Amino acid sequence: MTVLAIILLVCGVFFLTVSSIGVVRLPDFYTRIHAVGKSETLGAMLVLAGLAVYNGFEISSGKLVIMLVFVFVANPTATHAIGRAALRSGLQPWVRKTGKKSAQEK
Amino acid sequence: MNLSFLVLSIFVALMIVLPLYRVVVGPTAFDRVIAAGLIGTNGMLLLAIIGFIYERIDMFIDLAMVYALLNFVGTIATGKYLERRREGSL
Repeated sequence: MTVLAIILLVCGVFFLTVSSIGVVRLPDFYTRIHAVGKSETLGAMLVLAGLAVYNGFEISSGKLVIMLVFVFVANPTATHAIGRAALRSGLQPWVRKTGKKSAQEK
Repeated sequence: MNLSFLVLSIFVALMIVLPLYRVVVGPTAFDRVIAAGLIGTNGMLLLAIIGFIYERIDMFIDLAMVYALLNFVGTIATGKYLERRREGSL
């Protein structure tokens, strides 16, 4: 059981690392919410699942599972809300500087 | 296993430091909000891991749950506020 918990925790920390590096490195807001919305949710869910597996069958594990379900619902919802607010307030997506002509003409 | 949780908490704290760069120098306000939400989620995980370090998970899990709820509500409220602003005032 401890081995399974360690595997889940290491996978979760890997996805958290991917998400943080993506937020720092990606060029645009709309690409950064891609890193936050998917990798961060999966990493947080894996870390919480690993903690719940390590804790065993208790009431705290139930609360950890409730937090897991909440993160699974709430994190993409918040990311989507921010993305929609950015689109409605007129933030333009990133295009390649020396791109094709179809990206320049609009 | 206590040392393993300590190493894990150090890694998660490092993942809090990295998006702080995006909070400080983010070009728009939306980048800052997204990076702050990321920091909030990582802080929630760090609270849960700290509960395992001190072996008081039954107390720290409630704090982590409230932190997750406040993080979600704050992000949604900031999004609704920024949606009403005009285009030039970013």
